[in-house]
Amino acid sequence: MLTLKVNGRSHQVDVEPDTPLLWALRDTLGFTGTKYGCGVAVCGACTVHMNGAPIRACMTPVSAAAGQHITTIEGLQGKVGHAVQNAWEKLDVVQCGYCQSGQIMGAVALLSTNPKPTDSDIDTAMAGHLCRCATYQRIRAAIHEASKNLA
Amino acid sequence: METIRIENESRRQFLKASAGLTLAVYVPLGLAAEKAAAAVLEPNAFVRIGADNSVTVIVKHIEMGQGTYTGLPTLVAEELDAAWSQIHVEGAPADATRYNNLFMGPLQLTGGSTAMANSFEQMRRAGATARAMLVAAAAERWKVAPETITVSEGVVMHKASKRKATFGQLAEAAAALPVPAAESIKLKDPKDFVYIGKHAPRKDSKAKINGTAIYTQDIRLPDMLVAVVAHPPRFGAKVASFDATRAKAVKGVVDVFGIPSGVAVLARDFWSAKKGRDALSVVWDESAAMKLGSMELELQYRALLEKPGAVARQDGDVAAGLLGAKKQLISYFQFPYLAHATMEPMNCVVKLSTDGCEIWNGEQSQTMDQGAVAALLGMKPEQIKIHMLYAGGSFGRRASTTADYILEAVHIAKAINGRAPVKLVWTREDDMRAGYYRPMYVHRLSAGLDANGKITAWQHRIVGQSIVAGTALEGFLVKNGIDGTSVEGARNLPYAIPNIVVDLHSPKSGVPVLWWRSVGSTHTAFSTETFIDELAQLAGRDPIAFRRELLAQHPRHLGVLELAAEQAGWGKPLEPGKAGEKRGRGIAVHESFHTFVAQVAEVTVKKDGSYSVDRVVCAVDCGIAVNPDVIRAQMEGGIGFGLSAALHGAITLKDGVVEQSNYTDYPLLRMDEMPKVDVHIVASNEKPTGVGEPGTPVIAPAVANALFAATGQRLRNLPLRLA
Repeated sequence: MLTLKVNGRSHQVDVEPDTPLLWALRDTLGFTGTKYGCGVAVCGACTVHMNGAPIRACMTPVSAAAGQHITTIEGLQGKVGHAVQNAWEKLDVVQCGYCQSGQIMGAVALLSTNPKPTDSDIDTAMAGHLCRCATYQRIRAAIHEASKNLA
Repeated sequence: METIRIENESRRQFLKASAGLTLAVYVPLGLAAEKAAAAVLEPNAFVRIGADNSVTVIVKHIEMGQGTYTGLPTLVAEELDAAWSQIHVEGAPADATRYNNLFMGPLQLTGGSTAMANSFEQMRRAGATARAMLVAAAAERWKVAPETITVSEGVVMHKASKRKATFGQLAEAAAALPVPAAESIKLKDPKDFVYIGKHAPRKDSKAKINGTAIYTQDIRLPDMLVAVVAHPPRFGAKVASFDATRAKAVKGVVDVFGIPSGVAVLARDFWSAKKGRDALSVVWDESAAMKLGSMELELQYRALLEKPGAVARQDGDVAAGLLGAKKQLISYFQFPYLAHATMEPMNCVVKLSTDGCEIWNGEQSQTMDQGAVAALLGMKPEQIKIHMLYAGGSFGRRASTTADYILEAVHIAKAINGRAPVKLVWTREDDMRAGYYRPMYVHRLSAGLDANGKITAWQHRIVGQSIVAGTALEGFLVKNGIDGTSVEGARNLPYAIPNIVVDLHSPKSGVPVLWWRSVGSTHTAFSTETFIDELAQLAGRDPIAFRRELLAQHPRHLGVLELAAEQAGWGKPLEPGKAGEKRGRGIAVHESFHTFVAQVAEVTVKKDGSYSVDRVVCAVDCGIAVNPDVIRAQMEGGIGFGLSAALHGAITLKDGVVEQSNYTDYPLLRMDEMPKVDVHIVASNEKPTGVGEPGTPVIAPAVANALFAATGQRLRNLPLRLA
């Protein structure tokens, strides 16, 4: 039995310690907003925050996440989180939407440490997030929009 | 955070959404019962108006990113004069008697960029009918003539007496009235449109940015088991024997058994099932397996290129035309297999009982899937209930001609006699290696130019597997030995050339193939649009001036060509790159699915031969632009999708084994490779046509032509790599 702190609440999970955090979140706890895309940390769809920093939940064993503060898309709060979600909605970024939880978690992490990112900063920070619908142009615009509204 | 109201029909039955935290809890009756109570006025299969003033629009086409859940409700809102905020969207059940694609006879299917085109009048009429009933109810209540009543933003008004009512207040009375005859329903004059042609925000945005949107991967049913399957390493191989001892020892694994497509491991959760699958020892019977590599296939295909194929188009006398030419040009083209590589790997949930089968799926092809599942189970198609969920991308993959992954899930549910609901999950590797690729193709194009630089003849030969041969669609789509999907975009070449032949070889191979966003145009647009560019160069002409002359009879091609050229500043010099960099601009124009697209690509080639696509100017003519922002989004996305293939896409085989497995070796376009895309929409009064696919095929030839302009190298093999 491990204790996971997700979105401010503690949950007991009975899974093998090598189970990736992603599957504990999705299958055990029902936080299905965090998506499975590649399983090898190259697509970014499973991005959550651990103590505020973005991690790939598909390659993080649940044992390494136990006791840490995990935030998923469902628990995204605060000024930056809302600014990003509002910008995403205003610019109608989403298409199929499957990668967008991860994109948003990535964008929030970026703006939390770099409130005024350049295009190049955005490319670097978001290059680990695939979008098969190629909504990249709008993601970039939405990050700038959120940045503007946070200033 | 407000409660989410945009729901698939199935979703509302088992999903409780509240306060931003969603736990998928199965609620068999709760919300469904609520829905039944709230529905007051249901004049047709597409609109439901509740006493709570909600307007629910039932959409028959899957939302997989292309915007159906916004575009089709826009049509209803327009004719109903509803407020956009009161519109809720629900996915239709599988029922072709009500929800067939009007362009596809008896099939309920989303494909061929037809969702908007086939629904345009149907959905407007659905809204107009509901509006007429609400107006009639108000007229009766207020004792006034219906003609004196107006409707705006969801409010029914009699201005003279200053009376007003909401749809909710009138719904019950309207429901008691007869549904008006179809002939009596008048649709709006386009000049009166308030939504069509304007911006209506996407209805699926909110759920997709707060994690509450439900995809097949997110379904959790009581006692549900998760299945992961060991597939053979080569197409056509079968299980000879397997040892499940180690797999069964994995905690959480509950069952292991053979199914026609491999060995299934059932467990309490995905990770246990995957660990179990990885612990299996399977011996494969490869006696009937496909063991060729891409190189061997290519040699076979190249040999076929030198032999006449089945003729898809013949105008005039090509041999005579070529003989009379002053200059001749022959070019060969090569296109690899491509994976759809949707972000959500294939998956399917099945709940089997003695009297029916329930399926949860990003469902794109209801009628064919119902038929396939019913045949497997010995049931009637109507016993197969399908919940159409959001798909995490499809690009054709979920419109499988064989229902492949759905049947795999049903086989598993059947093997355990429906003891528990089953969620089949493919890993990324399973998905990448499962086939159903865009076929590999080779083309040969030859043409002659006369002394004035006019094209005297055009000969186009295509070799590649048929997508529909051997499937239920063969009878519809293969005519006189020609699979129309193999030659679309080539057979209908718009250029005015007196002598044209297009012919086709459709060799068989054991590799499963399928349509892939823009289908035949994925390869025909490339070969025709780079070859015409090559001919322009040979004739010493500007690529646009050369095309313009040949398109005199095709005003819509010309319209997008001129618009893209003008907006891109064609003819003006590009800003130079840094020292040692070369820059170039290229254009391509192509019609697919009755939509016309031209794109100008600007590239920069670095000293080391690497290149970037910096900007794309796109012009599109899709008839009436119902939702311009969705059209722009589909062009942006279609360009990115096509660019993924142009820069990186290749599935290759070695001794019959797929060499790629994940995004590591099948890279997709990333943020830093996405060009700036400017989209310009041609104003039009023509009926709307689709936009999901037509943006995709035009970018690769535009980029190849730009790379030629920058470097003088003609690239004819995909992906595009400079020497």
